[in-house]
Amino acid sequence: MESHVVVIFPHPDDEAFGAAGTITHFREQGVPVTYLCGTLGEMGRNMGNPTFATRESLPHFRKEELIAACDVLDIDLHMLGYRDKTLEFESKDEIATNLLTYLEALEPSLVITHYPGHAVHPDHNAFGAATIEAIKRMEISKRPKVWAQAITNTRFEDLGQPDVSLDITPYFTKKFETILAHQSQAAGVLGDMDPSIEKLADIIKTKLSTEQFYTWHF
Amino acid sequence: MEAIDKTIVQTKLNQLANQDVYVHIETTNGAYASHHNADAYNVGVFMRNATVRYHQAKITGDHTGYRVGLKTDNGWVYAEGVREYEIDTSDRLLLAGHDREGRLMVALQLSRTPFNE
Repeated sequence: MESHVVVIFPHPDDEAFGAAGTITHFREQGVPVTYLCGTLGEMGRNMGNPTFATRESLPHFRKEELIAACDVLDIDLHMLGYRDKTLEFESKDEIATNLLTYLEALEPSLVITHYPGHAVHPDHNAFGAATIEAIKRMEISKRPKVWAQAITNTRFEDLGQPDVSLDITPYFTKKFETILAHQSQAAGVLGDMDPSIEKLADIIKTKLSTEQFYTWHF
Repeated sequence: MEAIDKTIVQTKLNQLANQDVYVHIETTNGAYASHHNADAYNVGVFMRNATVRYHQAKITGDHTGYRVGLKTDNGWVYAEGVREYEIDTSDRLLLAGHDREGRLMVALQLSRTPFNE
């Protein structure tokens, strides 16, 4: 059993779409989970549908949505204060140093992050790379396990089958509630589709029923 | 935001002329355009908190898409496709164009004080 799981993603809602089922799996075992969220998704283009946020008010909404989502998941949250879209232009070294401070304090047995180079969004790739760098700096005996999430269309041919695959059907309701907590993002991210609740539930059930990760080998 | 009222926006543009104003200008088709469609390209640009001093400004076009041009001493600022506006509680002029799903495609924003970094 894990002693503490730390999830490291750059955007509010990455935890919802990518790992809400896995997080629930651990929470139901009583494992503490902490989310280190890099940015407030300031540059997201989804403004709600119908639109209710502006470029300037979006981070305020997304901060509240993130807090609500973490309440749904019953996990701890740290907001790291970087700016959306800029992570790849920051110093990887400095981000790694910052992440390492958190990891040394939290002492996780498992870290979940994006697979660098295979996570589509430049922020995902950069934050995943900084996470790997931070853990590399730890003594081997103190390093947590790392589950890296790849989301490229070519991930299976590039990386093979993921060795960790969780059927999250039992946690579907939680995942659904977590996604819906991100009110400004839920409908838009799920596509050009009917934003009705029933439709979203179907999409999440069919497309998001497993969460998969690759164990990182240092 | 509300559908653009040309008179209100033009008045605000005039009020902000001939002084240093902070500009946020942006266009984007999202970070996943080519992920969802192999034939598409990800394109986007933003500049935040550039200061600009313009002496002439106009909003043209109609509800299907307005254009804004700011004429400076040595150049231009231009945005096309804005359809909504807001003058927010900090007296900033926010202009944006969204697609049918409410996603931002273009924005031009002017403020006397810097935007949050």
